[in-house]
Amino acid sequence: MKYFEDIAVGERSSLGQHTFTAGEIKSFAAQFDPQSFHVDEAAAVVSPYGALIASGWHTIALWMRHAMHYRNAEDEARRARGEPLAELGPSPGFRDLQWLKPVYVGDTIAFASEVVGTRPSKSRPKWGLVFSRNTGTNQKGDLVISFIGSALVERRAPG
Amino acid sequence: MPLHWEDFTAGNVACYGPRTITREEILAFAAEFDPQPMHADEEAARATMLGGLVASGWHTCALLMRIIADGFVLASASMGSPGVEEVRWLKPVRPGASLTVHSTVLEVRPSAKRPGMGFIRFRHEMLDQAEDCVITLVSSMMIARRGFTPASAMASGRGR
Repeated sequence: MKYFEDIAVGERSSLGQHTFTAGEIKSFAAQFDPQSFHVDEAAAVVSPYGALIASGWHTIALWMRHAMHYRNAEDEARRARGEPLAELGPSPGFRDLQWLKPVYVGDTIAFASEVVGTRPSKSRPKWGLVFSRNTGTNQKGDLVISFIGSALVERRAPG
Repeated sequence: MPLHWEDFTAGNVACYGPRTITREEILAFAAEFDPQPMHADEEAARATMLGGLVASGWHTCALLMRIIADGFVLASASMGSPGVEEVRWLKPVRPGASLTVHSTVLEVRPSAKRPGMGFIRFRHEMLDQAEDCVITLVSSMMIARRGFTPASAMASGRGR
């Protein structure tokens, strides 16, 4: 992780992409969101969506997986260059999550993140808050998911 | 008869659960989706700000979904959700926590576009066994009105 002071509004990262399979859609949904259009292909045909779709919580969990793998790869590169690594703290939450289009079996979603705001934490001098607009876009170029995430990132010079 | 839009009233509060979260579930979710030390590695978690293993916030959200699914969503004419206005992760969820969800109906409104459906806006609060709130989540569900199925409700605005 970069230090808080080195993160600038407007920085955009492409986090990678994922193609959704029927098996993983049903497996996630069976555990966390067993509505018929997420777990049962036959029932999904007569649902509002006409076919099996991923739980929105599955889509956002995969955004997180890609964000973490991206960050880990960046940290490896920093370590190889002998640079110090800043700590990533727990997130206080997120807002404005929109599930804009269904994610169907076989859809390939490209995940991204763009920094939209930064400020030092008032209550915790070791940390700064970073706000990002996080997205997933399908193979047709349609935005399927968007949210404003927040993260605590270690400061190089605590305030 | 599933629950329809007309069956919800602003101000209603209902409680669902409890559901216990295990160490194995926390580690498995984190390994797949959120492999940070505080969620995925018991030993490394001790050295973090939270001082021990805690569930990924995304896991907590997914578990809240499961608790309300079993509580009422699966028994309703649900058409899914357009999104979540806000989530606050207020307190870490540790292995063995017993979680209940208190769901308050904030608002009910018909859809302007599709006469067969409406929206129900909820505030969900998940409490642990100490009755501390661990997460709040404000979100709307789309649901069919009486006389419609979820599919006919979705189609009800077309061609007008």
